[in-house]
Amino acid sequence: MRVQRWTRTSLLFTGGTGVVALALASVPLVFDPDVVQKLTNLLILVILAAMWNALAGYGGLLSVGQQAFIGIGAYGTVFFAGLGVSPYVAMLLAMVLAGAVSVPISFFALRLRAAQFAIGMWVIAEVASILVRLDKNLGAGTGISLIQMNQYAPNFRQAYTFWMALGFAVLFLAALFFLLRSPLGASLQAIRDDEDAARSLGVRVASRKRLLFVLAGFGCGAAGVLVVANTLFIEPGSAFSVQWSAYMIFMVLVGGLGTFEGPILGAILLFAIQTIFTQGGPWYLVGLGATAALFALLVPRGLWGAIEERLGLRLMPVGYRVVSTEKTEVSA
Amino acid sequence: MTLVNAIVQGIFLGAFYAVLACGLSIMFGVMRIINLAHGDVAVLGAYLTFVVVERTGQSAFVAFAIALPVMLVLGYILQITVLERSLKAGILTPLLATFGLSIVIQNLLLIAFSPDVRSLGGSAGAFTTASWHVTSELSISAFGVLVLVVAVIVFGALQLFLSYTRAGWAMRATAEDPDAAELVGIDSRSVYARATALAVGIAALGGLFLGIRSAFDPVSGPTQLIFAFEAVVIGGMGSLWGTLLGGIALGLAQTLGAQLHPQFSVLAGHLLFLAVLMARFGGARLTLRLAR
Amino acid sequence: MSLLGVEELDCRYGLLQAVRGVSFDVAQGEIVALIGANGAGKTTLLRAVAGAHRPHTGRVTFDGADVTRLPAHRRVSLGIALVPEGRRLFPTLTVEENLKVAAASNRRGRWNVQAVLDAFPLLQARRKVRAANLSGGEQQAVAIGRALMSNPRLLLLDEVSLGLAPVVVEAVYRSLTDVIKEGVTVLLVEQDLTRALRVAGRVICMLEGRVVLEGEARLLDRDRVVAAYFGLRRPAAGGASA
Repeated sequence: MRVQRWTRTSLLFTGGTGVVALALASVPLVFDPDVVQKLTNLLILVILAAMWNALAGYGGLLSVGQQAFIGIGAYGTVFFAGLGVSPYVAMLLAMVLAGAVSVPISFFALRLRAAQFAIGMWVIAEVASILVRLDKNLGAGTGISLIQMNQYAPNFRQAYTFWMALGFAVLFLAALFFLLRSPLGASLQAIRDDEDAARSLGVRVASRKRLLFVLAGFGCGAAGVLVVANTLFIEPGSAFSVQWSAYMIFMVLVGGLGTFEGPILGAILLFAIQTIFTQGGPWYLVGLGATAALFALLVPRGLWGAIEERLGLRLMPVGYRVVSTEKTEVSA
Repeated sequence: MTLVNAIVQGIFLGAFYAVLACGLSIMFGVMRIINLAHGDVAVLGAYLTFVVVERTGQSAFVAFAIALPVMLVLGYILQITVLERSLKAGILTPLLATFGLSIVIQNLLLIAFSPDVRSLGGSAGAFTTASWHVTSELSISAFGVLVLVVAVIVFGALQLFLSYTRAGWAMRATAEDPDAAELVGIDSRSVYARATALAVGIAALGGLFLGIRSAFDPVSGPTQLIFAFEAVVIGGMGSLWGTLLGGIALGLAQTLGAQLHPQFSVLAGHLLFLAVLMARFGGARLTLRLAR
Repeated sequence: MSLLGVEELDCRYGLLQAVRGVSFDVAQGEIVALIGANGAGKTTLLRAVAGAHRPHTGRVTFDGADVTRLPAHRRVSLGIALVPEGRRLFPTLTVEENLKVAAASNRRGRWNVQAVLDAFPLLQARRKVRAANLSGGEQQAVAIGRALMSNPRLLLLDEVSLGLAPVVVEAVYRSLTDVIKEGVTVLLVEQDLTRALRVAGRVICMLEGRVVLEGEARLLDRDRVVAAYFGLRRPAAGGASA
């Protein structure tokens, strides 16, 4: 018996993702700025889905308030750019700010149980929204533009923003990937399966969850940064909107809660739906909400989870396979 | 507004929040479910009442009486389609399913009624705008008193139901130990359905009050949910009278917050909520850690 | 005439098989004791009979009717009542409320609140006390009384003596014997071998989910029971009778 981490499929696929990433990097050189902007949105969705899954799928933390960090990332960018910092540097600072803010919040939030955590995070997002609304320097209730970006020509600006988005997406997915492959990843699985049992084995549950929470803080902050970089305008109603949580929940529930590949699938799906239904309005949102609820009730592991079960397929090597010498396999 | 006036207004506002929160508290107490669509259910109730008012020309209160049975039926449907299934799944499932439901309700309302803001104040009768001017700085609104009286009656009736009726004992028994309740002949499914019916009906009452005291639109639901949840938490989850007190505490926080700065009212409520959470769950150990 | 029939019952918790292919009958008026070590499957079996556990395969028949798929609260109306392991009273309800809430099934019979208080005199003074504030013995009395409130034809008792002082157990069993004399059919799980053999007419011994010994209490050799209990010298599958 030996423990196998890489199968041929996963080896091929991981190599493939490297190729995909390189191919994506050439997007701004090939496509119009409109398309580039849309694809930047796709990358934002991928990051958000991966982060929400990190929290809920791997940490069991259901947050309806990640928009707090999205908003902090967005407004942080405007704030630092307003101080005279170069826009793209301001973006990095804003992401760091979002991550930094998530640390003290974690000490409070992670003690809360399911519903209190979910709504508690939402209230924190609301508080952030109100505080921004009170600040005239940040545009108060009407919003503010990232005018400092005007120093770049639109083509270049769109390209730089796209590359930044790609960089963030690769960064956060890679971080999650290595996290899950490390011993930390196994302990996260254990926590998800049975928290008390894991704790009794010596797994430091609290610090593991904190790690996920802070990672999600950085990630959602990065997403917020990209939102304002992509649209050049932000207002509290949309930056801190609970709609973001709705999207994240849809992507992860439909894509596959607790799987690595699922959220990416969910993001692509949502992107496709948004592109097709641009004038859908309320009906498409009814569909989103109903689908999310149906998946929660009937298909808890999402599309990717179902695929995994059917085909025994694992594209990214985040699990373990026990291969016996008699050719019977059990995967974890 | 003087301090005394703010306090009086705070109590009236709080009574309204308590009515909104009552149903949420019932559902949590009996089924351990937090219905994230609760606010939207209240708004749905307001819209239904509004439709009856438009169609029949009756006063809002009469319209509510007509709309109530419809709401109860919808509540029953909610119970057997979404909530019952969620109960059997994990802890996160009810939150996720009701969140999806919330979005569905909001957008269906948007489709049916357009984003326009509506109100029930016009059809509620003259007395809802009447008030007693006790002094030049203190006035007590008739509607505020009505809401407070209704809130006390609703909570009181619930308490009587739970303490003195067999159905009430059955509900408490099911809440405390659903397995043992089944073993003594209590049909837990029908107890849950009853709890949901109560929750939805009282939520609809909250919607009526919302429509009379201010206005509503299809996306007002989430705001009401947050206030309702804050009231429940401040008063102590699982305590019925706590929800009434929690609602009043929230109302007071908001009106007193407004005294400091007009835009502080909702913020003050949020901060009170977070402070209570921190005290209950994080406070002691956090300060110990910092002290080391 | 067999009141309760259990056929090839198989009960699981996920992948764990707690009851494997158990079959037996209980005739009207009989008192049968289920004995066996911890983890033998006795509680699971009782819960399956009461309707609190859905069996994987197998049948439960009551008075000729197949009740396997019937939920627990409906079985109470038919006349099956379980006194669960650990009492499981409703903590904030008083003694009286605990009893009254169990009368929902409206079955006729001689049991009501007063009758229960007469059968368990220690409860007379504790009528309005919340269940959480009762002593172990009082709780056990209420738990039994609560099951009686539905005027059952089949009374299931799970580990009535567990966690109680011997004196208290004595008192509980004394009241129980009076109740039993009135003709209700009883299936009880009891860890105390001596007591089980004394109270019951028939004994079924389980080990690791299977029936390993079955027979009339007075005819069974105690050593044989102990051997079956602990799994020494296992008999052929299907159980042996005296």
